[in-house]
Formats: sequence, structure tokens, C-alpha cells
Amino acid sequence: MTQRKNGLAAFGLAAALLCLTGCKGAKNRPVNVVGSTSVQPFAEVLAQEYEKRNPAERVEVQGGGSTAGLQAAVNGLADIGMCSRSLNEAEAGQFTPITIARDGLAIVVNPANTVDGLSLEQLRGIFSGRIANWEAVGGKGSPIRLIAREEGSGTRESFMHLVMDKDRIPAGAIAQESNGAVKELVKGDPAAIGFMSLGLVGKELKALAIDGAEPTHENVLNGKYKLARPFLFAVKGAPGAGAQKFIDFVLSADAQKMLEDEGLIRAK
Amino acid sequence: MKKDKIIAAILTVTALSAISGLALITIFIFREGMPIILRTGGGEFFLSADWRPRDGSFGIFSMIIGSLAVTAGAMVIGMIFGLGLAIVLTQFAPPSLAAVLKPVVELLAGIPSVVYGFMGVVTLVPLIRNRLGGPGLSVLAASIVLGIMVLPTVTSISVDALQAVPRSFWEGSIALGATRWQTTRMVMLKAARSGIVAAAILGMGRAVGETMAVIMVAGNSIEIPGSILAPTRTLTSNIALEMGYASGAHREALFATGVTLFVIIMILNCVALSVSRRSARERSFR
Repeated sequence: MTQRKNGLAAFGLAAALLCLTGCKGAKNRPVNVVGSTSVQPFAEVLAQEYEKRNPAERVEVQGGGSTAGLQAAVNGLADIGMCSRSLNEAEAGQFTPITIARDGLAIVVNPANTVDGLSLEQLRGIFSGRIANWEAVGGKGSPIRLIAREEGSGTRESFMHLVMDKDRIPAGAIAQESNGAVKELVKGDPAAIGFMSLGLVGKELKALAIDGAEPTHENVLNGKYKLARPFLFAVKGAPGAGAQKFIDFVLSADAQKMLEDEGLIRAK
Repeated sequence: MKKDKIIAAILTVTALSAISGLALITIFIFREGMPIILRTGGGEFFLSADWRPRDGSFGIFSMIIGSLAVTAGAMVIGMIFGLGLAIVLTQFAPPSLAAVLKPVVELLAGIPSVVYGFMGVVTLVPLIRNRLGGPGLSVLAASIVLGIMVLPTVTSISVDALQAVPRSFWEGSIALGATRWQTTRMVMLKAARSGIVAAAILGMGRAVGETMAVIMVAGNSIEIPGSILAPTRTLTSNIALEMGYASGAHREALFATGVTLFVIIMILNCVALSVSRRSARERSFR
């Protein structure tokens, strides 16, 4: 008897679980936003505010990387793909890109580093391995430690596009898998140099001036600081009603102001 | 009786579906990964250290070396401390202390690997960078973190092996006038040898397969590490780092990396299994 009861209880539990996962989608389909880990924290802030203002709507934000986000948008797994670089030609044909903000690409070093600025040429020299000692660019003599991002990251692609041209980052460069990991490493290593989203630099790292322009919002807006990239929402075809509503919110003055407060540069 | 049959049928179906799930995964990995190995010729894929997915060069040699180096380092650390601990727990510590210590070591296995990695990044990496030089993210850092992670496996299996040695061996040796250490070294360790080898191999399997903690502390550079202070990338980290972005040939190459890992771990597990079977047989002959 008790055995049967247990069996029944287990079946009931399984049925309840199934129903729970099943019902969740049926009641209120969330807008799925997937992609770049650089855009993700900002999208999360926006989603939170959006849900607060529209209690009926739900937005789910996931990371995974720019390319993965675009792929998810193609497959229909995501309503909106987040991308932290310009679309390449093949991709541009598939998506409608919506620039939600712009982000400076900061070149970061340890605060103990005496170098305050580099020319774009020097930067390229450093990241291609031609300049291997801080002494060569006016710092204290110690080998330069390159901190890059992993192959395929939107931040890396933007960096390659904006800085490296045809040069390669040497295989010996350390690869970290997130802005946070780059930050953690540069924070502790006086010889390190890395690149990351300007919005996420914080106060513990020194962001270098490039070609004499400090990495500030004004300089990105007026074009003096050259290392800037778009943060895109990519949608395939016409977005659904829920997605469109969220996009409209993101482009509204309020949301743009929020993005600016978070350290990004407004879209227009 | 009827109920028995029904339950037996249900259990059989569950067991079979678990096994067929495993079989499907295996088939899938090989189907996705093999084409590129065959296409590039195994030689180039396994023996070239040139990994530049954007330019279409896929050589995983530096990562094979990375995996081997990190695993070897982890085993040195894991075996010294794990076996040492097992010897102390079974031969020297009073039973009451052993009863506390063994579960504590086994609890280490329950800590998520990301926590080990995080602790490694925050404490170990700066320590290595400041004391020994180099970037800190290194083969050494990964070896230490992994060495600690394999401790529970190595320790508990070695303890079991040492405890399985018949009491009479120990008594006989002590009765002949051997000291405790002599008994341990010359009798107990020899008698438990195959169990200890199995412990080492299972620990190795864990170390080869670990991913998260290694990504965080190994540095992930795609170069054959020149010293234990140099950064390196393992096979597992390569898959985890790049799978989010990969498509086409790159994706196949990552699956092929998975095939390589799969084969390595299968070999290790088979060796462990046969060694522990042998030890079971040896025991039954006594």
C-alpha cells in the first residue's frame, strides 16, 4: 500500500514539474535576448527596469557571446541577438542591426604602470609582439604581458578590427574569457596590458589615452578617441510585438540615460 | 509477483535508456569530430601547434601538451598529499582522528570547481607572480589547484585499498620486529599497490577532464609551455572557451578536440578498471 502511495506521489511530482515548465511558456512568452557578454550586464539592467514598468512583460537576458547570440537569433531561439561589434558582410544581410549604444574599447594597465598613453601604432606594436618591453614606450623596464580575449569574442574582434589591422596577436598571449577576468588579472599584474569594455573599467585600472585622446565619453562622442564600437541588438526580419516593445523602450530617452549612467555612450 | 515483474521491466527500461543516451552521445561526438581529423590528416591535427581558427589552421598539439603538463603536475601534488594522507589515516592516526579526517577530505569533492578556480585566481596566482615571476597564470597554478581537487579521489580510494589489506599481513610484519613505517613501506603499500595505482588513474581522469578551474588559472595561451611558470591551454579549456562562437570547421575542430579527450579518458578508465579488477582477483586468491 505504502509503495503504491510512493509511486503515486512520484508520478504526481513529475506531472507537476512538467506542468510547471509547460505552463510557464504558455502564460506569458518572455522576450529572449541572447549574446555578447559585454552587452549582457547593460541589457540586464534595462530588462529589470522594463519589467518594473511593464509588469505583464518578461525579458530574459543570456550571455554566450556575440556570434552565439546572432546564431540564436537566426535559429529563432532568441528574439534579439546582442552583438558587441559591427556585423560582418554575411551577417549584415541576415539581420536588421539596431544600435542601442556605443562603447569605448579601453586599453587598460595596472595603476602602478607609469605609461599614461600610447599611439595607435605603439599599441599595434605591443599587441603584435614587436614591442615586448615597457621601456620601449616610456615605462619602467619590464616585459609586457599581453592579456587578450578568447577567439571569437566580440571585444576581441572589435580590437582586431580597430587596432590590429592585418597583424596577429601572438599565440603566447594570455586569453581570458570575460571582461571581469581581464580586469582581475590586470588589477594584480603591473606588467600586464589588456583591452576591455570602457563601461566596465571601474576605478581600479588605468585606461590609457590613445593618440593623445583620453578615453572619455566626450572624446568617443566627438570622435577624438578612435577605439569605439557599437552595441547592437540584431533581429531577424520583423521583430515580434514583445521584442519591438522592448527595443522601443531601450531606445527611449529614459533608457538611453540609464545606459549613460552605467558608463556607455548613447546611440546618437 | 506480478508487481515484481513490472518493477523489473521499468528498471530495465531506465537502465537501457541511460546506456543508449551514453551511446548516442558517443556517436554524436565522433560523427561531428571525426571528419575534420580525417580531412586534415590526423598528423596535422594532432601534431601541429598552430591553432588559428580564423585562418583555418587547427592543430591541437600545444593543448595536448598543456593537458599532459597540467595533469602530470596535478598528479605529483595529488599523489604526494593524497597517498601521504591515506597512509597516515590508515596506519598512524588513531581511529577516532581518522574517522573525522576522512569525511573531511571527502567533503572537498563537494566544493564546486569554480570556487577552486576563483580561490586560485585571487590567492595562488598573485603569490606565484610575486614570488616566482611570470604571469602567475601558469602550469604550476593549474597543477596546484587540480592537485587539491583530486585529493579526495586519490585519498579515499587509497584508504580503501590499504584497509583491504588483510590484518594478518600487518600483524605478521609487526611480529617479525618491523617498525610501523617499515611495515607500511614494505608490506602494506606493496599489498595495496594495484588499488593505489587505480586511485592515481582515476585522479588523473578527473584532472584531465576538469575545465572551469583550469580556464581560470591556466592563462589559456595557445603555446607549448616553456616552463611551469608559463601559461598554457588544455583540451577542455579550448572547447569551453571557444564553443560559444564556433561554427563550421571551427566547430568540428572543437568536437575533434572532444574526441581526443574522450579517447584519453576512456584509455585511463579502462586501465583503472583492469588494474582494480586485478587487485580484486589477487585478494580473492589469498
